[in-house]
Amino acid sequence: MKELVVISGKGGSGKTSMVAALSQLADKPVLCDADVDAADLHLILSPNVKESHEFTAGHTAAIDLDKCTRCGKCIELCRFNAIRPDFVVDPLECEGCGVCYYFCEEGAVAFPENLSGYWYISDCRFGPMVYAKLGIAEENSGKLVTVVRKEAAKIAEADGHEMVITDGPPGVGCPVIAAIGGASGVLIVTEPTLSGRHDMERVAELARHFSVPALLCINKYDLNESISEGIRKFAEQHNVPCVGQVPFDPAMTKSMVQARTLFEYDPNAPACAAVREIWARLRDQVV
Amino acid sequence: MIISVASGKGGTGKTTVATSLALSINSARLADCDVEAPNSHLFLRPVFEPDETITMVVPQVNEEKCTLCGECAAICRFNAIVTIADTVMTFPELCHGCGGCQAACPAGAIEEGRRTIGTIQHGRCNGLDFVHGRIRIGEAMAPPLIRQIRSRINPDETAVIDAPPGTSCPVIAAIKDTDFVVLVTEPTPFGLNDLKLAVETVKILEIPSGLIINRSDIGDNKVAEYAAAEKIPLLMEIPYNRQIAEAYSRGEPVVEAFPEWRERFEKLYADICNLVAGGKS
Repeated sequence: MKELVVISGKGGSGKTSMVAALSQLADKPVLCDADVDAADLHLILSPNVKESHEFTAGHTAAIDLDKCTRCGKCIELCRFNAIRPDFVVDPLECEGCGVCYYFCEEGAVAFPENLSGYWYISDCRFGPMVYAKLGIAEENSGKLVTVVRKEAAKIAEADGHEMVITDGPPGVGCPVIAAIGGASGVLIVTEPTLSGRHDMERVAELARHFSVPALLCINKYDLNESISEGIRKFAEQHNVPCVGQVPFDPAMTKSMVQARTLFEYDPNAPACAAVREIWARLRDQVV
Repeated sequence: MIISVASGKGGTGKTTVATSLALSINSARLADCDVEAPNSHLFLRPVFEPDETITMVVPQVNEEKCTLCGECAAICRFNAIVTIADTVMTFPELCHGCGGCQAACPAGAIEEGRRTIGTIQHGRCNGLDFVHGRIRIGEAMAPPLIRQIRSRINPDETAVIDAPPGTSCPVIAAIKDTDFVVLVTEPTPFGLNDLKLAVETVKILEIPSGLIINRSDIGDNKVAEYAAAEKIPLLMEIPYNRQIAEAYSRGEPVVEAFPEWRERFEKLYADICNLVAGGKS
């Protein structure tokens, strides 16, 4: 079983539209949405949820003001300024370290586990799909990413699927690190803008840092041909094979607005031929 | 006043709005808090002062004092310090810097080490003060670096924060306790879905907000309908335009590439000031 994770550094470069299109081209893939912060793949693939699971991770302190003697030790020890002068914990600032809970001599601090979100096992028209919703303003997105990837891998192993295609989060931090570790390869979807290139370089460096082979494709490559040229050169110099480029094509957005994949919306759209080519090269490289 | 520019979904135009808004305010500061993928500097091209390395506190064990009692491992929620047989091991990458191990150690064997989480750069450009941070590649924890950038903003100045995408801890660190949040989205199902998440986030933080719809003619009306139903003021619509997209690709701020937009961004700032003043009275 192979896992391809689609990432970009910069958000909005077309990761999810690309994953939706690739889901249709791949042979019986398992799909995984690892952008647990702002999951969108389900909006195109409209999966039927078969199992819904609670995601509990981390703890948040809460002080029982009746037991509290206002000794102030917790405020003194908290490095996150999460305990207000009136001994009420600000759950948004609480890091879940438990230092106040551990040191409170009165046993006035409760430290319950958080329900931080949900994850789902589902079926969509292209195969099984695992996705999640992290609660608003929650931490531990990396742990939830790890959960959905593990569950997708389990399904793939159990039912003999050749590939897991994972829609990754933007950026280079905690959730992205959790999304790419141990993957067979990452596909970086970038766009020919200074921002797109800048963030692509950072995420390519991240893939190298964690020794995950990286491939690259350029979305809307004709928006700025000279930056596209620069991106291809960078890719060549840094051993990140460029597997193709997609022209600017309104069908990309229009298909999303109709909750369809690019191929479902218009199989003759110019972007379709480009995505087919990308898939053919990807399959050779990853599988 | 601190205005933050946020969105659930990435790539909706946060940086486009933040840079042009900051350039339309007299002597403002732009603080780019998207430390994973900072882009504002590509548009503003500030002259930077030397980098400042940002670190956080992690435990460093003085093995001569350590009695291997295991109290440090018992308190650590993040598996960043463990005792195995006759040694104590630390995993600085997992450490959240809570100081629990140091406070718990009866032998006083835990000293303060440092882990580099990234850099902060200050600069000047076009009358703007600029600050941004860059997370070290491989570092997972963005919030401590974002909080460091926030601490560089003078409470008396007018500042615009370019926030990271999403709804979890990095966004909270970037927009918490700001005076107003400009939400930027696009009129598509992804834009709407992620806008709803961003609106929930802003509600939890109890910050007044307004909406900008970017590429306002590429999708459907559902975002505008949602905003009306939620009574979120629609501050601006930016239609899709190939010239704007190309200028963006070259790193040109909208108000510089298209001077007719300067007045609109000045009005945006005035509208935000009125909304903030109205909310306080």
